[in-house]
Amino acid sequence: MKQQDIQLDSEGRLRHFLTIDGLKRQTLVDILDTAENFSTVGSQNVKKVPLLRGKTIINLFFEPSTRTRTTFELAAKRLSADVLNINISTSSASKGESLLDMLRNFEAMFCDMFVVRHQTSGAAHFIAEHVAPHISVINAGDGSHAHPTQGMLDMFTIRRHKKEFHNLSVAIVGDILHSRVARSQIHALNILGVPDIRVIGPDTLIPKSADNLGVHVYHDIRAGLRDVDVVIMLRLQRERMTGAMLPSEKEYFQCYGLTPDKLALARPDAIVMHPGPINRGVEIASSVADGPQSVILEQVTNGIAIRMAIMSMTLGRSPVSDKEGV
Amino acid sequence: MSKIHIRNGHLIDPLNQRDRQGDIFIAAGKIIAIDKAPDGFVANHEVDASGCWVFPGLIDLRARLREPGQEHKGTIASESHAATSAGITTICMPPDTLPIIDTPAVVELIHRRAEAAGQAKVVTLGALTVGLKGEHLSEMVQLQQAGCVGMTNLHYPILESQIMRRAMEYAASNGITVFINAEDEKLAGSGYAHEGQVSTRLGLKGIPETAETLAVSRKLMLIEQTGVRAHFCQLSTARAVQMIKRAQYDGLRVTADVSAHQLHLTEMDIGFFDSNCHVLPPLRTQRDRDGLRLGLQEDTLSAICSDHQPHDRDAKLAPFGETEPGISALETLLPLSLRLVEEGVLTRSDAIARLTCQPASVLNLPVGSLKPGHAADICIFDPAQRWHLSEDEMVSQGHNTPFIGWEFNGRVRQTLVDGKIIFSRQA
Repeated sequence: MKQQDIQLDSEGRLRHFLTIDGLKRQTLVDILDTAENFSTVGSQNVKKVPLLRGKTIINLFFEPSTRTRTTFELAAKRLSADVLNINISTSSASKGESLLDMLRNFEAMFCDMFVVRHQTSGAAHFIAEHVAPHISVINAGDGSHAHPTQGMLDMFTIRRHKKEFHNLSVAIVGDILHSRVARSQIHALNILGVPDIRVIGPDTLIPKSADNLGVHVYHDIRAGLRDVDVVIMLRLQRERMTGAMLPSEKEYFQCYGLTPDKLALARPDAIVMHPGPINRGVEIASSVADGPQSVILEQVTNGIAIRMAIMSMTLGRSPVSDKEGV
Repeated sequence: MSKIHIRNGHLIDPLNQRDRQGDIFIAAGKIIAIDKAPDGFVANHEVDASGCWVFPGLIDLRARLREPGQEHKGTIASESHAATSAGITTICMPPDTLPIIDTPAVVELIHRRAEAAGQAKVVTLGALTVGLKGEHLSEMVQLQQAGCVGMTNLHYPILESQIMRRAMEYAASNGITVFINAEDEKLAGSGYAHEGQVSTRLGLKGIPETAETLAVSRKLMLIEQTGVRAHFCQLSTARAVQMIKRAQYDGLRVTADVSAHQLHLTEMDIGFFDSNCHVLPPLRTQRDRDGLRLGLQEDTLSAICSDHQPHDRDAKLAPFGETEPGISALETLLPLSLRLVEEGVLTRSDAIARLTCQPASVLNLPVGSLKPGHAADICIFDPAQRWHLSEDEMVSQGHNTPFIGWEFNGRVRQTLVDGKIIFSRQA
């Protein structure tokens, strides 16, 4: 069995950020606190801090992405790093160059960090195992495995609205089976001490051993949403409709789409979240997405601060760790 | 040919219920006597086997040697050498070479190269359908005449049940054993890990238990109808073992085997995406592992095989789901099987039986015993030698194994094939 804590250095500090699974509560709190420090940078006149000046970061995206790639890019630029965006479509990857050869080429350009998105579960771990020792790897989504920066920005958003985690009920609705976002959220919520985590969806979209992840499974959204503090809706990939996962969009919306009447079952101060991009009328009604309980756009804003925090911490330059160093 | 006298070894010959000190006398490639030298026997070579166990050379029901077609992963010469270094003297090779073993010419080519290599004996399974495509029956009788010991379509689907039925009927009427890798290709889909705890946590595409059990039950119905002699290969689920047990109780002519790694590893060993644990059928649960061990104890599973699949380095250098499945396993077949003895699962004699006479009986070959008249395929094993598996010392061209670093008690000292000392390990 391979070393389990590849993302930590010998002193337990973050060296890569690949998954939330197995991290300590204090590490997550440090990330949230650091992000809190960075959250004002975007509203300053000069939207920059010099923490990563002289560092080169490569965004290596094997899957298309707008939001995640843009917020990673902004985060890096606000930390004064140099950023290179590389989009590798499946067609150019199929020219026969192996992932490892590609990495060696980028390493040869003297970079300090890879931000990686890849369609295969475990790709970020694989890259972290094989990069030169001075390079950090941040997982920006690998297959159905993990999307840990998304998971952390969601925790940041929840903490801003709910202060404490230990008394919350959180419901995650939709395609849990294929969702790397859901897996990262579930790990983070468990580590931060949320006592009631629910996943809601038909069995075709729930992984078989969901119980082992520390969640309660609901098939009826009305039972599942009752008295929750946070509702997280997941995007339903269109291609799931073409297989035998679900009969139709219409039936899905009827059963699992978040509408005002279903949301009314949650606590009156419940917040509604979604990692985006949203499918209006498939998993969420427009009136809810744009309604007063929705924090969907806040999540996007918070994504920048969280990514600044994680990038600076993995490169050993966080304001928090600097303070400790004094 | 030389006359050999192996003296003072502890002979273990499960077929003849022999488990005690003794001598073996070999001439003209055959065992000619046990214990007492025949009149006028003068050995021109003596092997002192004091302190060693002496048992029949192992018969491995499933090993891919990669030749012809994938010589960058292994060759008949390299892998049959790895086999003899691990006490294996007969290897049964599946038909998924390039070209596929569906004509006598390919069988002859393989036999010629195996003879030229001069290591372990290599026998082949022919393709049950042409090109393993599941459409036309292959020329089974000609393949059998060329030396194939059975037919199989491996895990390649035969989508039409009528073709599967006809293939079994045709094999049955010619006394051919059909080897079955039970997998429902639709349920297995593009999965590459057991659908369970680990696939859930890591987001790996799952293969449910029913991919195996559903296929076993469908095949059992057809076996019953056609009366064919069938052997199920590399079972991975406890439930499938129970189904085979029931079928044997009902009188069906079915046998089954298990690969050594399934008896020791579970899905948990994947850890964080260890691609050396990417195998098909996938590593399953602790419950399945225990069920397989029980099946071995009860003799429902009559053989342990290696399911050897050597790979080049690059084949395993990718994210888990994009790597090629399989373990380079010849060199751990005997050590992992004997570990079951240490763990109290099998007696020593039963473990040896599941590696020698019992797989020989599946293949219907006159090997796997120390009986006078049999070919002198013999393994001399030093139980006192402790060692650990390291990449540098592996003989196989493929170094892809999750067992690197495991410590084992006892090691093969010498291997004889047809009365010739093919392999000797320097002490």
